[in-house]
Amino acid sequence: MRPHRRKRLGIILFIATGLSVAIGLTLYALSQNIDLFYTPTQVAQGEVAAGQRIRIGGMVREGSVVSADDSLAVEFVATDYVHDVPIFHEGILPDLFREGQGIVVEGSLDTAGVFQASRVLAKHDENYMSPEVKAALDAAGASSESHQMQPGT
Amino acid sequence: MIPELGSFSLILALCLSVLLGTLPIIGAHTNNQIWMNLARPLAAGIFVFLGISISILAYAFVTDDFSVSFVALHSNTLLPMRYKLTAVWGGHEGSFLLWTFMLAGWMLAVGIYSKSMPLEFVSRVLGVLGILIFSYILFMLATSNPFDRIVPLPPADGADLNSALQDFGFIIHPPTLYMGYVGFSVVFAFAIAALLSGRMDAAWARWSRPWANVSWAILTIGIALGSWWAYYELGWGGWWAWDPVENPPLITWLFGTALIHSLAVTEKRGVFKSWTVLLAILAFSGSLLGTFITRSGLLTSVHAFASDPSRGFFILGILGIAIGGSLLLYALRAPLMKADFGFDLTSRELFLLANNVILVVSAASVFLGTLFPMVYQAITDDLISIGPPYFNTIFVPLMMLLFVFIGIGPMSRWKRTSISYLVAQLSKVLAASIGLGILLPLIVLMEFSLAATVTMILASWILLTIGKDISSKIANKRSLAAGFKSLSLSYYGMQLAHFGIALMLVGASLTSYFSVERGVLLSPGESVDLGAYNFTLEGSSRIEGPNYVGEEAEITVMRDGDMVTDLHPERRIYVATGTPSTEMAIDAGFLRDLFVTLGEQKPDGAWSMTIYVKPFIRWIWLGAIFMAFGGTLAAGDKRYRRLRARQLEKAKRSAILSASGELQAAS
Repeated sequence: MRPHRRKRLGIILFIATGLSVAIGLTLYALSQNIDLFYTPTQVAQGEVAAGQRIRIGGMVREGSVVSADDSLAVEFVATDYVHDVPIFHEGILPDLFREGQGIVVEGSLDTAGVFQASRVLAKHDENYMSPEVKAALDAAGASSESHQMQPGT
Repeated sequence: MIPELGSFSLILALCLSVLLGTLPIIGAHTNNQIWMNLARPLAAGIFVFLGISISILAYAFVTDDFSVSFVALHSNTLLPMRYKLTAVWGGHEGSFLLWTFMLAGWMLAVGIYSKSMPLEFVSRVLGVLGILIFSYILFMLATSNPFDRIVPLPPADGADLNSALQDFGFIIHPPTLYMGYVGFSVVFAFAIAALLSGRMDAAWARWSRPWANVSWAILTIGIALGSWWAYYELGWGGWWAWDPVENPPLITWLFGTALIHSLAVTEKRGVFKSWTVLLAILAFSGSLLGTFITRSGLLTSVHAFASDPSRGFFILGILGIAIGGSLLLYALRAPLMKADFGFDLTSRELFLLANNVILVVSAASVFLGTLFPMVYQAITDDLISIGPPYFNTIFVPLMMLLFVFIGIGPMSRWKRTSISYLVAQLSKVLAASIGLGILLPLIVLMEFSLAATVTMILASWILLTIGKDISSKIANKRSLAAGFKSLSLSYYGMQLAHFGIALMLVGASLTSYFSVERGVLLSPGESVDLGAYNFTLEGSSRIEGPNYVGEEAEITVMRDGDMVTDLHPERRIYVATGTPSTEMAIDAGFLRDLFVTLGEQKPDGAWSMTIYVKPFIRWIWLGAIFMAFGGTLAAGDKRYRRLRARQLEKAKRSAILSASGELQAAS
C-alpha cells in the first residue's frame, strides 16, 4: 500500500472507531433513559408496573391539594377528568402549580398505587398547555376547551 | 397609523432583500460591476428599514398602544420602562423581528469590514444573506407580523409580560444569544460564496476566521448568560438542565467550536477544506434548528412559545431549503476541494481532527437526545422524554477525552510531530497534573470523590500544558518581555480560551460533586445547618413593587459564630395576571454561592424553603468569559489587518497600472 493510502486508511479507521464507540455508548444511554409518558386513565387501567420510572400528565383536581403542616410533603390528585391518580411529592412546588392547572409529574408508582413524584413540572406560560397534558385530556375524551386554563386567574 | 408604518417598513425591507438575493449573485456570475456594487447599499438599506420597524415596535410598547396585539399580549401599563422596551423580544413575533434585525446588523458589518475581500466574493456573501433574510421577513409578514392590530375593540390594558421574564437576564440574554446564533449565518454565507465561486483556497478560510471567532465568542457569552439567568431565576439550583431548548445553542456551539479549529487547519495548511465547509453548514443548521424547535411548539420547555402549526411548517420549509440546497451545492462542488498538503499520523492536523471528531460526535449525540422524543412520537404515537442522565452519560466522557487533546494539540507541530518529542515535553506535566488533581480537592474541600479527582487531573493538565507551552515557546528569546511579545494575538486568544475551559471544568465538576441542598420548614427564629453554614429565619414582611406585591423573608447566615450575610428571598404575585413568582436570594462568592428559594407560608407563619451551598459555581461563567475574550482576541490578530493593508496596496498598484495601461493604449 502506498504511504498516502495507508495514512488515509488510518484516518478512516480512526474516525470509524470513534464513531462506533460513540454510537454504541449513545444507544446504550438512550435505552437506559427513556421515560415513557402515561395518562391517568392508562395508569388506572394498570398499564404501569410499580417502580417503573414514568411521566404522567394531567390536571390538578380542584380541592385535592393537601400539604403537611410540619414538612414539605404534599399530596394531590392528577386527573384527566375520567380517572384519577394520587400523587405524593416532597419538596417545593413550582410557581405555577395550582388547582385546575396542567402539570407533568416524573417518578414512579409505589405498591399502594400512589405515584411518588420526584419532580413536578408546571408551565411558565399560563396560556400554553403542554403537549403531554393536552394529549392526556384528548385521550380521555374530555373536551380540552372546557378545561382550558383561564388567563388571568 | 404608526404601527402600520412598521409593517410598511418590513415590506420595504422585503423588497430590498429580493434585490439583494438576486442581483449581486447574478452580477458576480456575469462579472457585472454595477450589480455587484449594489450589494453593500442594499444590505445597509435592509438594516435601516428593519431598524425602523423594531424602533416602531418599541415605541408602541413605550406608549402602551394596546391596539397592537403583540403589545397587548406582552405588556401592561404598570410594567417598568426597561421591561416595556425589552418586551419587544418577550414573545414569538417580536423576538423573531429581533433575530432578523440581528442578521441585518451582521450584514451591515460584512458590508463595512470587507474592504480587503474581492467585490465578487462580498457580493456573493451578501447575496446569500439576502436570500436568508428574505425568507425571514417573508415568514414574519406571512405568519407572525408583530404589528397586527386587535380590531375593532382593543383592550384597555395589556396582559403583562410573563413574570418569569421580568428580570435583568431577560434584557441581555436573548439579544446576545441571537447575535451569536445569527453570526454563524455569516460564516455559512462565506462558505456558500466560496462554493459558488468554486475557489476554495486558504484566503477564504482567512476571511472567515475573524467572523467565526467573534460569532463563537458572542454565542459563548449568550449561552453562559442563559445558564446564569436560569440558575438564579428558575430557582432549581442548577446551571444546565439539558432542556430541549438549551440544547440547540449547545449543538451550534459545539459545531462552531469544531469549525473555528478546522478553519485554523484550512487556513494554515490548506487541508480539511470540504470538512470545514460542511461544519459551517452544520453550525448554521444548528441555529435554524434552534429557531424551529422554539417556535414550532413541538417540545415542552420553559422557552417554548405558544404553538401554531403553520409557523412550524414555514420554518421547516426554510430549514429544508437552506440545508438541502447548501448540501446539494456542497455535493456538486466537493470534488473541487483538494488538499494542498499531506500530514503525518502524529501531527497537529491529526490532533485537531480528533478535536473535530469528538465535538461533532458530542453535537450529534445531543441532537439525537433532543429530537428522539419527537421522532419516537411520530413513529409510535407514544410520548416519551429523555432525561439528563442520558446526556450526562454521553457528553461527560466525550468532553473528558477532548480535554486530554487540549493539552496535546497546541504543543504538537504542523505536518509531523515525533512521539518522543511529545513524551519528553509532556511526561512531567502529566505526573504533576495527576498529583495536583488528587491533592487539590482534598485541600480545598477536604472531601474525596473519584469523579472530582479525575476532572481536577484534567483541569490541571490543561492549565499546566498551557504554562509549559508558553514557557517552551519563549525559552529561546532574549528576555521574558521579548518572548511574550513574540507570541501572536491569536496564540494568546487560543490559550486564554483553553484556560477558560479549565476554569469551567473546575466549576462544573466541583459544583456537581460537592453542592449540598436541603428542603426545610422554618418558623421565625428557627435555624438549620447546611455544610459549614447556619441559616436562621428572622421573620418575613410584606413588600410592594411597581407591578407586584409579595412577602420577603429575612435569613441570616452564620459560619463558625461569625455573621456571613443577610439573605432576602421573595415571593411575589404580579398584579396584572395574578401570577406567583419566587425571587431567589443569592450570596455570590468566588469560592461558593449561598442560595435560598422560598416555597409557601404555612398558616402558623413557618416558611418552606430550599437552601443550597454551591462551591465554585461562579467559575463556570468566569470560564465562559475567558473563552469569549480569547475568541475575540484571536479575531483581532494583526495578521488579518496586515494582510488587508497589503492587499489594498496591491489593489491600488494594479489599478494605477491598469489605468496607466489604458492611457498608453489610448495614446
